[in-house]
Amino acid sequence: MDKQKALFQYCLRLADSSLIMGQRLSEWCGHGPVLEEDIALTNIALDLVGQATAILNYAGKVEGKGHTEDDLAFLRPEREFRNVLLAEQPNGDYAFTIARQFLFDVYQYYYYQSLQKSKDETLSALSEKSLKEVTYHLRHTSQWMLRLGDGTPESHERVQRAINELWMFTGDLFDMDEVDALLLKEGVSIDLKEVKGKWENHVAELLEKATLQLPVQTFMQAGSRAGKHTEHLGFLLAEMQYLQRTYPDVKW
Amino acid sequence: MKDEKTLLEEFQSKIDKGIKIEPKDWMPEKYRKQLIRMMSQHAHSEIVGMLPEGNWITRAPSLRRKAILLAKVQDEAGHGMYLYSATETLGIDRSELLEQLHTGKAKYSSIFNYPTLTWADIGAIGWLVDGAAIMNQTALAKGSYGPYSRAMVRICKEESFHNRQGYEIMCSLAFGSEEQKQMAQDALNRWWWPAIMMLGPSDDSSPNSDELMRWKVKMESNDAIRERFIDRTVPQADYIGLTIPDPDLMFNKETGHYKHGPINWEEFFNVIKGNGPCNKIRLKARVDADRNGRWVREATEAYAAKKRIVNS
Ligand SMILES: [Fe+2]
Ligand SMILES: [Fe+2]
Ligand SMILES: [Fe+2]
Repeated sequence: MDKQKALFQYCLRLADSSLIMGQRLSEWCGHGPVLEEDIALTNIALDLVGQATAILNYAGKVEGKGHTEDDLAFLRPEREFRNVLLAEQPNGDYAFTIARQFLFDVYQYYYYQSLQKSKDETLSALSEKSLKEVTYHLRHTSQWMLRLGDGTPESHERVQRAINELWMFTGDLFDMDEVDALLLKEGVSIDLKEVKGKWENHVAELLEKATLQLPVQTFMQAGSRAGKHTEHLGFLLAEMQYLQRTYPDVKW
Repeated sequence: MKDEKTLLEEFQSKIDKGIKIEPKDWMPEKYRKQLIRMMSQHAHSEIVGMLPEGNWITRAPSLRRKAILLAKVQDEAGHGMYLYSATETLGIDRSELLEQLHTGKAKYSSIFNYPTLTWADIGAIGWLVDGAAIMNQTALAKGSYGPYSRAMVRICKEESFHNRQGYEIMCSLAFGSEEQKQMAQDALNRWWWPAIMMLGPSDDSSPNSDELMRWKVKMESNDAIRERFIDRTVPQADYIGLTIPDPDLMFNKETGHYKHGPINWEEFFNVIKGNGPCNKIRLKARVDADRNGRWVREATEAYAAKKRIVNS
């Protein structure tokens, strides 16, 4: 694998995770528990779709085959998507959505913090911009984790269950392969082992504050780096891509 | 203490001078009631209106369209929030207003009881529905109640962005492939009459009470607003080569206005009564969101109460 190919893959991982998470969040639009949350979740979704758009645009250039960000988002099949497994998990109840988002926000927070120092100027600039957004997302979901964890017995039970169910998808966040190895050597990508350490501390600390239990070590799912997803992604893509696939080669 | 008659005279003279009525000012009970009804209906319309468009966020055909639609629907939520707060200045709270919506006691705009069947419907809604809403809301911005009129000024700015993005979608479709053009025409066919009707019954069947006009609660008659909307929209349809589905539509050279054909008011009143294609699913979506959100709101309260104890 050469550097360009690796960089293309790397961009897809970043972009797809934001895109799929944004897609999931936008399913809430109009159905949130309070109006304020409809607005907040939509805000986060907008930021994530924005991140994905910028990175996919760059990915298209890196790939060098003339693909636009829309080509990459709407015309790749399931097995070519590189989003983390966590992002594609269905919304569930509000506790599930918040827990999923929180785990992802902490991840993105340390990820972008580190990627800001990338030698790739585009990635570094995008990280700097995205970090500002993610800092706000993390503040929002952290507050909700506290409220739900330390709210009523029902909310506590719901959010604990969500964390437990999501836990097996958190290992996948930090898996590294030859793409990472190659780009890390070039100073382009980051060491996910470092991110993992920070992520674990941060999550453990917040769960404790929220009176929640850190799940016991479970068997971790893996596969997103190689485009091996859970069954949920196919349905999500079928919905997201349907217009582009039904009416190819037109402008919208 | 002034008597009712003096108070009413002072109230009217303020309105005549163009001074806004503010929440703490004296106002006739009928004025307050009417405003609560209108403003909460408006707020409910913003919120229910999120649903037909929200349908298409996950299916938007490009990343740009997805982002614009997300932003638009988010604006509508903001409008709802802003209008609920403005209504609260009249001494009723949001939870009570929502209760009225959920029990079917309060109404919302008839237009949102129609389904969004294709992507072109998103264009048609922005173009026609937000377009009609702007006509209505620019009139309401001149109304006498301060909080409502200020809300309208603020909201209208965003509505014109909504209107533009909708028309832009229609343009891309109308100038696109044959299938896209058909999709656009079909959406116009289905949304035209509901948009015409959403501006309310015609003046002969719903005479505006002189009082509401005098109090500047109602600023213009439904038919006058409808005429302005049609005058503005017909040339836009012509420009992109779409046909307004009204064979009787005629430009009257003498008046300089378009004259539309007969409106199917029976359909309108049926939709208002709850018999539109989507009344049930729209209301159910709101009731479900409320019901599914109850434990979340309870958790928020419980957590805040715990924090208060800790902090005191
Ligand atoms: Fe409106
Ligand atoms: Fe609005
Ligand atoms: Fe609007």
